[in-house]
Amino acid sequence: MIDLIGYGAFFLSTALIFAIITLGLNLQWGLTGLFNVGIAGFVAIGAYTSAILTTPDTPDRIGGFGWPILAGWAAAMALTAAAAGFTGFATLRLKSDYLAITTFGVAVVVQLAALNAVGLTGGPFGVAFIPRPFAGLQSDPLAFNLVNLGIIAAVTLACYLALERLSRSPWGRVLRALREDERAAISLGKSARSYRIQAFAVGGAVMGLAGAVQAHFIGFIAPDNYIPTLTFQVWAMLMVGGSGSNRGAVMGAVVVWAVWIGAGWLTSALVPVDWQARAASLQIVAIGVMLCLILLGRPQGFFGPRRGRGME
Amino acid sequence: MTTPPILEAQALTKRFGGVTAVNGMSLAVGQGEILGLIGPNGAGKTTMFDLLAGSVTPTSGRILLAGREVTADPAHRRLSRGLGRTFQIPRPFPELSLVDNLLLARQGQTGEHIWASFLSPRRIAAEERAAAEKAREILSMMLLDKLADQPARVLSGGQRKLLELARVMMADPQVILLDEPAAGVNPSLLEVLIDRIRAINATGVTFLLIEHNIDMVTRLCHRIVVMASGAHLCEGTAEQVSRDPRVIEAYLGGAAA
Repeated sequence: MIDLIGYGAFFLSTALIFAIITLGLNLQWGLTGLFNVGIAGFVAIGAYTSAILTTPDTPDRIGGFGWPILAGWAAAMALTAAAAGFTGFATLRLKSDYLAITTFGVAVVVQLAALNAVGLTGGPFGVAFIPRPFAGLQSDPLAFNLVNLGIIAAVTLACYLALERLSRSPWGRVLRALREDERAAISLGKSARSYRIQAFAVGGAVMGLAGAVQAHFIGFIAPDNYIPTLTFQVWAMLMVGGSGSNRGAVMGAVVVWAVWIGAGWLTSALVPVDWQARAASLQIVAIGVMLCLILLGRPQGFFGPRRGRGME
Repeated sequence: MTTPPILEAQALTKRFGGVTAVNGMSLAVGQGEILGLIGPNGAGKTTMFDLLAGSVTPTSGRILLAGREVTADPAHRRLSRGLGRTFQIPRPFPELSLVDNLLLARQGQTGEHIWASFLSPRRIAAEERAAAEKAREILSMMLLDKLADQPARVLSGGQRKLLELARVMMADPQVILLDEPAAGVNPSLLEVLIDRIRAINATGVTFLLIEHNIDMVTRLCHRIVVMASGAHLCEGTAEQVSRDPRVIEAYLGGAAA
């Protein structure tokens, strides 16, 4: 029973970290219509920023700053916002597929940099000994897991509330207008450039925060955490939950993560040991099938876009 | 004209590669006037319109709005300077409600700054309330009040034209550029549109109208400017213009020659 609660807390913590990333994507795609397929890159920037700033001195790697965890998180948000804002600026003229390809390229560049800039990121060995919040509780795994869940849930809630407020504000209304018709929005005095960069930066900051929170939750990060599969998972979460809805983003993350873990259990239980390594791909298949079913049965996702409603 | 023009184009030229779409065109719209800009297809009317609206930058020439130069201002700065526009094919925000469509047009909104939602929520709420009230008034003037909370995609073609006019009115513009407002509007709605343009004009708002529907131009416009081959051909009242042999030539013979 205790094990089950502990596992449940661990599962939910991971799912909520995905929920934070998905909230960031919802601002960019659900609200503004920016086709960002470089999610993994922004999560990585956040994770590495906070990890490098908070870890103790390590030979052959820059570090030893020993910042407090919260300062690491704030720096992660700031740097990811800058990186995402710059990406938004550099891609101002790109739309839809072209924007997607470019942002995908950004993520690949970030991952390759993490893999090869050994002096900064530890290269393939990653960054270890990332301080964990309330590390003193580590002797009691259950309490430690629950405290971690509490922290992550609080961060998720804060992001949710902030993004919900933003998306209902006149600022969010401008983003929706840009999604619907950029030229018309410009004719009404909105600077499409400025708002696009802002949407990139705010969404990126949220993704970077998620990356940083996860780094401190696991205690270790390495470049292969930030491969395109992560981007794919987050997109599936937003599609399933309902693009345009912050509630949907959170729900979708939990549901898709449950399917992902469930598919992992099933394959490990049903598939012969020799085949296990290959059967791991069935997790991606499971998400793909789920995505197809959702798109066929409820294309707007669980919490379909509540579009066309006023700000009451 | 006794008062100085509210909108003035001085020797505007626009070249697209080897094509000169607008060639040294000058135009002055008087305060409170409804000016029609007509001309055969290919005369450069739409380019002229885009130049005035700021979506195209001129190769040379100047644009003055209320005596102030706006030539280099990007399109998104013009509405706050008092120059609004509508589109030939209306561009509503289809998934947003009519009220939200209008609210977007208000200039200088506190709530459009990202931090304001957290720093001054009360001020935003007050601004939003006042703006929503105004939006509903304008919508009812345009006979769209029953649809105020519907998404704009439910509107007919003619209603979309009314919505665009309503939207731009929300910004209290001094000058409104109308790009073929009559195109694709059914006759009864066209009457409404003409009537509303007159009513808005009566409050002191200036209009520049590009239009093919000669009936509408004749009925609405105080003065008509005819463009041909990217340049000013002649101007005058509807009657003067329709009798001018150069105009007849441009429409019937000149364009083909």
